[in-house]
Amino acid sequence: MTVETPEAPARDDAGDDRAPAIRITALSDREIAAETNAPEYVIELQDVSCWYGSFRAVRNVDICIARQRITALIGPSGCGKSTLIRTMNRMNDLVPSYRNEGRITFDGQDLFARGVDPVAVRRRVGMVFQKPNPFPKSVYDNVAFGPRINGYKGNMDELVERSLRRAALWDDVKDKLKQSGMALSGGQQQRLCIARTIAVQPEVILMDEPCSALDPRSTLQIEELMAELKRDYTIVIVTHNMQQAARASDTTIFMTMGEDRAGYVVEEGNTIQIFTNPKHRLTEDYVSGRFG
Amino acid sequence: MTSAPISLAHRRSIGERIIERLLFLAVALGIVTTIGIIAVLAFQTVEFFLEVSPIDFFTGTRWSALIKPQAFGVLALVSGTLLVTAIALVIAVPLGLLAATLLAEYATPRIRTLVKPILETIAGVPTIVLGFFGLNFIAPQILRPLLGADNIGTFSALNGGIVVGFLITPLIASISEDSMRAVPRGMREGAYAMGATKFEVIRKVVFPAALSGIMASIILAMSRAIGETMAVVLTVGTKPQFTFDPTQSIQTMTAFIVQISIGETAQGSLEFKSLFAVGATLFVMTLGLNLLSGWVVRRFRTVY
Amino acid sequence: MAAAAPAAGAQSRFEPALMRRKLTGTIFYGACVASIGLLLLALMALLADVLVRGLPWLDIDFLTSMPSARPARAGILSALVGSLEIGLLVAVLAFPIGVAAAIYLGEYASDSRLNRLLQTNISNLAGVPSIIYGILGLAVFVRLLKLGPTVLAGALTLTLLILPVVIIASIEALKAVPNAQREGAYALGASRWQMVRQSVLPAAAPGIMTGIILAMARAIGEAAPLIIIGAFTFVQFVPNPISGQYTVLPIQIYGWAVRPQDDFQGVSAAAIIVILALMLILNALAIIVRIRLSRHIQW
Repeated sequence: MTVETPEAPARDDAGDDRAPAIRITALSDREIAAETNAPEYVIELQDVSCWYGSFRAVRNVDICIARQRITALIGPSGCGKSTLIRTMNRMNDLVPSYRNEGRITFDGQDLFARGVDPVAVRRRVGMVFQKPNPFPKSVYDNVAFGPRINGYKGNMDELVERSLRRAALWDDVKDKLKQSGMALSGGQQQRLCIARTIAVQPEVILMDEPCSALDPRSTLQIEELMAELKRDYTIVIVTHNMQQAARASDTTIFMTMGEDRAGYVVEEGNTIQIFTNPKHRLTEDYVSGRFG
Repeated sequence: MTSAPISLAHRRSIGERIIERLLFLAVALGIVTTIGIIAVLAFQTVEFFLEVSPIDFFTGTRWSALIKPQAFGVLALVSGTLLVTAIALVIAVPLGLLAATLLAEYATPRIRTLVKPILETIAGVPTIVLGFFGLNFIAPQILRPLLGADNIGTFSALNGGIVVGFLITPLIASISEDSMRAVPRGMREGAYAMGATKFEVIRKVVFPAALSGIMASIILAMSRAIGETMAVVLTVGTKPQFTFDPTQSIQTMTAFIVQISIGETAQGSLEFKSLFAVGATLFVMTLGLNLLSGWVVRRFRTVY
Repeated sequence: MAAAAPAAGAQSRFEPALMRRKLTGTIFYGACVASIGLLLLALMALLADVLVRGLPWLDIDFLTSMPSARPARAGILSALVGSLEIGLLVAVLAFPIGVAAAIYLGEYASDSRLNRLLQTNISNLAGVPSIIYGILGLAVFVRLLKLGPTVLAGALTLTLLILPVVIIASIEALKAVPNAQREGAYALGASRWQMVRQSVLPAAAPGIMTGIILAMARAIGEAAPLIIIGAFTFVQFVPNPISGQYTVLPIQIYGWAVRPQDDFQGVSAAAIIVILALMLILNALAIIVRIRLSRHIQW
């Protein structure tokens, strides 16, 4: 699936202080695509600030999420990455003191316009959470939950199998569809959550640190899965793990916390560029491990 | 000089042990009480069964302790109790669960400070006051105008059922609310993230997960309703009969016990002894339900 | 309603029916609010009915006279005194025994099988109908111990009734004390009892006191067990705490309510107002006690 071309840039000049602390494994086809295709933006944030009551958690963010790419959101803890990603499917609406400023568009239309129903948005922008949260129902019912409430008219068995296959979980559970989803291992539970998210056929999948509660092997499985899913879905992933962002994403957005404790975006760009040749000093400090 | 610390330690440990014994005595009182209840009920019931056959007692449907000819078929009283309890549950389960859902899922802290006192007040009113309300308000102002004065009297199982239902609603509401609040936030968020409405999250995720606690609360409320005395004594009447007609005047087990105690019944008489047999039946029923509710929670609890 | 038209062909196999689903949700929410409304309405109707019937009969004479065959001259002095006597006796008896049992279960007996059995026993006792306690009291205190149908027998019976509730509330109050307090005392060389007495009990005091006061309120509202024991419904003298016959407010309320005349219903309602006022005072007292005692405690 991936062609590994060990790149030289990380070890170019001996003793160069500006060399990042991690190696990049570049995909040659990725590089080519980045130069020739102008990406379409499925989600755009223009001058967005997020407030909880009188506390500003995120300040003046301008970013674009490219269609069918993996965008990683990295930065130290507490800098508002989760808050930012949750604006994209209006999950923050569930918090009573929350409000937005600025403009967020999905497919060109204002996400917070008057007639827009968050319930409708969430079917098209799905989310996988940090701690796997399957329902205490059977594996089948977990996957069928979304389609059922959204009035799916087709063959449910087939949809469930298809979703589980795409989440690389089918082989593990095909004889155990009636078993409780909570009886699976951590990595399996997370893949179950991915399966049920894609069962409602969203356009975007938001992932809020999906691997931080998992062991390394499950983490790798999910990263492989992400690369697969990129073919049909746009993926935005918040991650603490820089190596993961470097390995798996096409675009990286680096955020940090300012002195007013509000998060803001420092730099946004092609992943390879961010990790090998960042434009900002802060970015460089972060990716080389000097803070965070 | 070196002997002083040793004697100090020695004295303390005797004192400690005495205190521990005293404290245990207090706990032992609980055990003694349980044994006492069982012993009293058992002995007196056995004495009663020497004169009245247990089969007649447990299968008979006519109960007439004070009016000749005497009959001691407890099913007449049990049916009265169960009829009142059933009506009470029909009222309390929907009201209690809706109230619990409001408190657990919809309420802001401000709403909670308004609603919780209402439930706590209902729970704190002495039950005789609720019986008074049934006698003087519910029967004459609501039931008889609504159903017709010819169809229902002042005393009826329906009247008692409504009052007891009102009484046990806070019990169902508070336990169910705790169960629903215990459902982790992550589980709800997972459902929201797939495009579920709030009602769907409640109906399809929260309720099923909290079900064991909700069931336990209903069983406990049922047990409470069966054991309720003063609220029914003023509302259902003194006519023990085996019926399922809610408009009828009936008598519950608890009301019968009060009737016998308050009257001029001789303490050694058969009627008086029947009080203990009825009490034993009541005790077994409520204990059974209480144990059942504990079992339901242990067996069906959703592990998060 | 949706932000944009469905994108791909597969999307059209979903029929989200958003409006219908939201409508159902709104109706459900309305039902929830209506249920609280109904409960509130019932409560208000109860208070209104009681006040309308009872206020005309409520005056100083009412509070200071004895019951009489004539409603105009009826008073609740004997019942009121009886209730207060029983309430205080119950509080005094239940406090040491209940707290002692809670201390043993919470601090001394570790989480052993015995402990869990004892706690289950207490939970079961808490669920036994009050009338059964009356039967127990009749057999043990009135007949066996030959105390007769006196205030003392009644207080002992009600103490047994509320003891499980007091124990459970006290155990909760003790559990809420952080372990750091206990460890600190041990580190200074305290024995277990010293640690409990000096560190844990003062910290748990607000919760324990609140529990006792609320249990006392519950005991004052009880009628059934006392009826079984032989409290009378027509007592025309101030009850002697130890030897005399007696009555209490709930039983007096009952005694008047069973008489068909409207006037007696009015007098009964007046007595209800008195007992509700008493409940209110006790609940307020519980809150005040909790606030004042908690002021000294900061974790």
